[in-house]
Amino acid sequence: MLDVSVAYNRYKFLGHEFLTWLWYRIETDPELTQKIEPDLESLAIGNRVVLENSRHNREETITIRGDGAGLEEGLIALKKGAKVTEINLVCRSAEYEWRFNLKGESLALSGLKTPQTGKMEKKEDLEGAVLERIYLVEKIVNLTFGLYGVFMGERLDPAWDNRTVGEINRWIGRAVAGG
Amino acid sequence: MQLLSSSLSLTRYRVKGNIADPMMDTIRSGLKDNVIREIDNDPAVKSVGWTTPDNPFSPDFESADFLFGSSVIFSLRIDKKSIPAKIVNKHYSMAVQKRLAETEREHLAKNEKRELKDEILHRLYLRVPASPGIYDIAWHPEAGDLWFFSNMKEANEELETLFSKSFRLSLVRIFPYTAAQFLSRIGDDAFDAVHKLGPSFFSQGGEHA
Repeated sequence: MLDVSVAYNRYKFLGHEFLTWLWYRIETDPELTQKIEPDLESLAIGNRVVLENSRHNREETITIRGDGAGLEEGLIALKKGAKVTEINLVCRSAEYEWRFNLKGESLALSGLKTPQTGKMEKKEDLEGAVLERIYLVEKIVNLTFGLYGVFMGERLDPAWDNRTVGEINRWIGRAVAGG
Repeated sequence: MQLLSSSLSLTRYRVKGNIADPMMDTIRSGLKDNVIREIDNDPAVKSVGWTTPDNPFSPDFESADFLFGSSVIFSLRIDKKSIPAKIVNKHYSMAVQKRLAETEREHLAKNEKRELKDEILHRLYLRVPASPGIYDIAWHPEAGDLWFFSNMKEANEELETLFSKSFRLSLVRIFPYTAAQFLSRIGDDAFDAVHKLGPSFFSQGGEHA
């Protein structure tokens, strides 16, 4: 077992690859979410994507933000070798919606907005409100780490380099040409 | 209660070790023994301790219900005082002038200046109220899983230290490397393979990274 700070820094590239892979899978496998959390119907890119390109020893950060912002700039950045370091995601299930930011290097969630819970009118309502909120947060925690599990399963598969990396490469090429 | 607020941040932890039986008594005792200590009217600069999310300024773990379903819900409270440097310098300069006048000297010795500064800080910290930070925790003991509702570095570090002191259990923060370790679908052999991984490049542009 490596020292925690060494492991954090040495393997943060896995978090960036995970988010890049996730973008690709969101675009190419609409049923991915339901395979992990059957109650959740869809997962989409939200209003913020941060990419980083460190080729030629030069750190370049590209941030795309805003509701309705096109992702073309992000796709071009991917084409140039950038990877996704942070992403805002929107998850839906019937009329319910979750929004959250996921950071690649830490897998930490921020800005997590769950569907609204019932109003707390008296102190006795607290337990129900807390349990409901935990249930709603758990959906996203399970989804996030479930997705990471699928990613790691593919990442450790001997076919990763020849198959998955090639597929992502072709997806980027098609998406840039199409955009 | 932060857990019920409209927007949340979350850092996930794995809890390592076994809680002594009876579990809820052990947890209650760990929380009670490390409850937040008030530092208003006290020269302390910082205080870190547990509190109850629904009553964070008068915690009472003896009577509080902190088991919700199978989750233990409590909060980390960090109280901190800060005094702007300009205020410290003002009071220090005034104290130096007063001491020089009283002793009819032109200079103070180095250690005398240090003592004077410590005295000023002590006096000011006694008068300054602490600013509290409250971060909720959802601990799922049966699953060995803990959610900390903050991504702030200082708060996470304080949590790890106080949790270990309170319950004699260690917290392992979940990030890409540790997540790979704890994923049930990845066996020990596969986890060893993680150590051999290097970055992949998804496009031509990355080949020269």
